[in-house]
Amino acid sequence: MSGHSTYQPQSSFMQWMERRLPIASLMYSSFVAYPTPRNLNYWWTFGGILTFMLGVQIVTGIVLAMHYTPHVDYAFNSVESIMRDVNYGWLLRYLHGNGASFFFVAGYAHIVRGMYYGSYKEPREVLWILGVILFLLMVVTGFMGYVLPWGQMSFWAATVITNLFSALPGVGEPIVTWLWGGYAVGNPTLNRFYSLHYLLPFVIAGVVVLHVWALHMVGQNNPTGVEPKTEKDTVAFTPYATVKDGFFIGVFCLFYAWFVFYLPNYLGHSDNYIMANPGQTPTHIVPEWYYLPFYAILRAIPSKLIGVIALAGSIIILAFLPWLDTSRVRSASYRPLFRQFLLIFFAAVIGLGYLGSQEPTGGYVIAARILTVYYFGFLLVILPLLGLFEKTKPLPHSISEAVLSGGRT
Amino acid sequence: MISHRIIAAFALAASLAATAPQTAAAEDAPPRQKWSFAGPFGIYDPAQLQRGFKIYKEVCATCHSIKLLAFRNLADPGGPGFTEAQAASIASEYQVTDGPNDEGQMFQRPGTLADHFPPPFPNDQAARAALGGKLPPDMSVLAKARAYEGGFPQFIIDAFIDYQEDGPDYIHALLDGYADPPAGFTLAPGTQYNKYFPGGSIGMPKPLADGQVEYTDGTPTTVDQYGRDVAAFLMWAAEPSLDARKRLGFQVMLYLIALTGLLYFTKKKVWHDLLHDPDLMQSRAPTEYQR
Repeated sequence: MSGHSTYQPQSSFMQWMERRLPIASLMYSSFVAYPTPRNLNYWWTFGGILTFMLGVQIVTGIVLAMHYTPHVDYAFNSVESIMRDVNYGWLLRYLHGNGASFFFVAGYAHIVRGMYYGSYKEPREVLWILGVILFLLMVVTGFMGYVLPWGQMSFWAATVITNLFSALPGVGEPIVTWLWGGYAVGNPTLNRFYSLHYLLPFVIAGVVVLHVWALHMVGQNNPTGVEPKTEKDTVAFTPYATVKDGFFIGVFCLFYAWFVFYLPNYLGHSDNYIMANPGQTPTHIVPEWYYLPFYAILRAIPSKLIGVIALAGSIIILAFLPWLDTSRVRSASYRPLFRQFLLIFFAAVIGLGYLGSQEPTGGYVIAARILTVYYFGFLLVILPLLGLFEKTKPLPHSISEAVLSGGRT
Repeated sequence: MISHRIIAAFALAASLAATAPQTAAAEDAPPRQKWSFAGPFGIYDPAQLQRGFKIYKEVCATCHSIKLLAFRNLADPGGPGFTEAQAASIASEYQVTDGPNDEGQMFQRPGTLADHFPPPFPNDQAARAALGGKLPPDMSVLAKARAYEGGFPQFIIDAFIDYQEDGPDYIHALLDGYADPPAGFTLAPGTQYNKYFPGGSIGMPKPLADGQVEYTDGTPTTVDQYGRDVAAFLMWAAEPSLDARKRLGFQVMLYLIALTGLLYFTKKKVWHDLLHDPDLMQSRAPTEYQR
């Protein structure tokens, strides 16, 4: 997209087309000739993996929607009918349910990559913010999808999460009633969640286009964080990046397939095989694993309102990362202190995830509070200060120099 | 460096997958059993499913419905292995409510392959009224709706050893878990003590005794064996596609390993020149471009 295209249509039809809708040259310059830093490691393949997973989710989801009934009386049994009576329905459903988990695996890996190598920094701020929006959309879409099978966890997750809005002073209760379409989670709630769960993936697809567009304006970051300077620093997207992405999509699919075919219910909650029952609260309501760190933050704070603000803030704050990080050096490879604090940050998020799955009692609450303080402390205090005081390692002059000196990261 | 980061990424994913089973905390952990359908190559044993079905029919079905199961399923591949004629004959032993007929009346008729197993009670209220206020859960997906927490690090190990049998383990343990309550334990009225039931007080009286159900194939008629067989049957009822899933899974894994291997060597070939002779960069395929 940047620079002029070198695409020369050969056939007369493509020449005719090029003068009317130059889509072939757009594709060519975006996905064939597009220069990509030559030193990208496998952490850079998760963008392609995410695109692949979005495709998997949309395709399996559309077919599942042909068989699913969004009604409180039929939803649970229609899902079971998909499992039992639809040809390869079990495969579609397990691909889709586990696909959500692996979508988040790739999403988190992509975010970790961006944070570690400082991919959010100038000039990639808009690219990063679009990524945060995509993550928010994923969170909302995944949550609504989890409600659709209308099991016990579906119902109670919907109840707990929508009830969070009731913490807002004054407008809280009316908002919750409006979200539910009634005075409790019920059929209108299920219907609208289904409608939105079908809509949002296409919104995600649209924002992905913007995300890729923004990426192609500024070019990819790389493990050194030093911008490509000469042609020697880059390689063509095709075949170099495509074959590398393709290989790692294969590796990723092996893990994905292991869960789909051999552990299809491992990532789910057994209570969701019990039909939703508004009269019986499960002993322990837990969200899906990919929400656990945020759930732990919510529960770590005694005040419901502040807890909800912290929950929302913990994701929204990421959008401000380009300005919270004051360092001019991008990559953690050249920022020894930042690297340590960041790895602790990742460990804290994993720790919060574990605590989110446990009963919020005693030591678990204290641990969750400490980790929550670190979560926000790292982003709001450590990160701005580090840039002012940290002594960074010398940067290579160019990507080629880093590669040739064996400093490949 | 790269490879250990990749491993770290998936370890992170696996460790975040900590949610799975959350029930039964204070109770005893059900001991893990050997199941024919465990592991990547495990499939159901039709003889065991037939024995389990016999127990369901003669014992469980008195109180528990299994509404999602149809008689035709008994003859489905990967199931108990009844012939279609046998399944039809089993169906005809049941009376199914049908209608309304031309006179507007509901009527009873013998079941057919297309019918689902009729529930023992017309509705939940009738079941509660007959059973002292307790509602026996429907058994269609029961084996997937019961679990217990393995805890850390067991849940990570389970992901690698392909352990998905906590439901049947729990059912087997529960059926043989009736005991005298420990000292100081107050039993809820109208319940029995079961060391594997969450909370300990279970409404269901001890359902099985040694020798209660007759086996014709020489299998021991013990509660332990009954529990094993009926748990296997319930796992099949909950997950009838397990055999097909594992068979397809094996093919998919082989395909993906071959594809990924080929892609790896293709990647190596494509990148080889770049990594070993940077001067070739100038003439790289397939195109020149400008930024």
